Amino acid sequence: MTIDWSWIGDHTDDLTTLTVSHLQAALSAVFFGLLISLPLAVVAHRIRPLRGVLLGLSNILFTIPSIAVFVLLLPVSGLTRTTTVVGLTIYTLVVLLRNTVEGLDSVPAKTKEAAKAMGTRPLRALLTVELPLALPVIMAGVRIATVMSISLVSVATYIGDGGLGQLFTDGFQRNFPTPVIVGVVLTLLLALIADAALVTVQYVLTPWTRRRA
Amino acid sequence: MQPGKGHLMIQFDAVHKRFPNGTTAVHDLSLEMPEGGVTVLVGSSGCGKTTTLRMINRMVDPTSGTIRVGGRDVLDQDAADLRRSIGYVIQQSGLFPHRTVLDNIATVPLLLGHGRRRARARAAELLETVGLTAESGKRYPHQLSGGQQQRVGVARALAADPPVLLMDEPFGAVDPVVRTQLQDELLRLQKELSKTIVFVTHDIDEAVRLGDQIAIFRTGGHLVQCATPSELLARPADDFVADFLGAERGLKLLSLTPLKGIPQAPAPEGGTWELALDAARRPLHWRTKSTGEPELPVRPLRDTDSLLAALNESIASPTGLVARVDADGALTGVTSRDEIHRHAGQAHAEARVAS
Repeated sequence: MTIDWSWIGDHTDDLTTLTVSHLQAALSAVFFGLLISLPLAVVAHRIRPLRGVLLGLSNILFTIPSIAVFVLLLPVSGLTRTTTVVGLTIYTLVVLLRNTVEGLDSVPAKTKEAAKAMGTRPLRALLTVELPLALPVIMAGVRIATVMSISLVSVATYIGDGGLGQLFTDGFQRNFPTPVIVGVVLTLLLALIADAALVTVQYVLTPWTRRRA
Repeated sequence: MQPGKGHLMIQFDAVHKRFPNGTTAVHDLSLEMPEGGVTVLVGSSGCGKTTTLRMINRMVDPTSGTIRVGGRDVLDQDAADLRRSIGYVIQQSGLFPHRTVLDNIATVPLLLGHGRRRARARAAELLETVGLTAESGKRYPHQLSGGQQQRVGVARALAADPPVLLMDEPFGAVDPVVRTQLQDELLRLQKELSKTIVFVTHDIDEAVRLGDQIAIFRTGGHLVQCATPSELLARPADDFVADFLGAERGLKLLSLTPLKGIPQAPAPEGGTWELALDAARRPLHWRTKSTGEPELPVRPLRDTDSLLAALNESIASPTGLVARVDADGALTGVTSRDEIHRHAGQAHAEARVAS
């Protein structure tokens, strides 16, 4: 399997466009996944009986094959970016919801008790005490969800989207390995860079976890 | 009952608390806590002392009865507003791990909308009040020792200058040496601040040390006796209280009686032993007059030290004499073992009759 380096040189513009589009799809999915998971996790954390129901539901959604999800969405949103993002978002829920619930569970009871006893109202306690302390566990979920979404975007090639995934179909159809290899390498790089960026974000957001006594 | 200003700051009137699982935590409690005084709630675990404390700032609401703070029924007030007006020091400090020490202390002023700059300035002031360096304000709680964290907990409770301070076994998790230090500091602070303090502990010695009045609870949430430490020690209401106070309650009573007023004589010249002094007349040790050997340690006592300390020292001293010193540590005279015994007996007799 040889790489046709000139092909890469001729297609830098296309590759850039596909990479950006790939990243956009993945990040949008994580963004919307968080938007949905946060309130649901708070509900699951506070109301015990709903916890099993919500986590179970996110598990079931996760087991639907990805192509089936896109097919099911076609009548609703068609061959669009929306379909891609909605499909990917569904998959992020399982990690994001579980990690956010576990993050909230990990906040020490004493600390919550102290916040209440100081006269902190529930919403403020959630925003200024519980979520910040849950952040390390939530961020672990965000990292998994991001890497997972980046690898999953390619599946949307089936509905004419799929970012770097288009390079795979292109390569297979023409029996020309270069685009496939380039697509794999770029996807990997994207995942590594996104993960490193998230580690940095977490480092900046949680100063109390870095200074040891 | 308590010198203070005579006002009642906190009143419990026929308060019951039953939890949904059917246990009665507090049974028909009527109790008054005077302004500017320290009320200590003691009893073994499950006796309702912590529930009693937590009903004051509505962390728990009573099933029936009324609780008034500063004359107002707590149930008529918004719970969060009420809590901001009452300092709360929790077991094992309960500090916010993600906030610096300074921001932890600033919690309530920030909730009250005082603005970050002002809240932090106040927090910096309080660091000093509780004996911590300005530098420690920038640290995170886990970077401090247990004792230091507990000081931060006290500073945080004091930040909005509340008239009432609730302390739930605040010194339970630190070692005995640090605990004594923290108790001393609390007494010093209280002398300055005159807060109405409600203090929960299961340690009767801590209760005797800190309390202006002590309320003893029995399992099932029954208040058995509420009295000043000396009355409690001299006249326990029943066997339960007597048992709780322990076999050494007579000695504990002596720990409350200061040496001041017990006569002293000049240091003896004639005997085998003499007291070696330094240039400022501070006692160094006991030594034999003939050879200067051996040297036995001396622990000189001030007027503020207790009869219990004097009794202990009179046993340790080779002559049975206790060296008495003034505030600067210079020798003022000695008191004999017999004299101390006589006054110890007298202190007991007085306590039984008085109060």
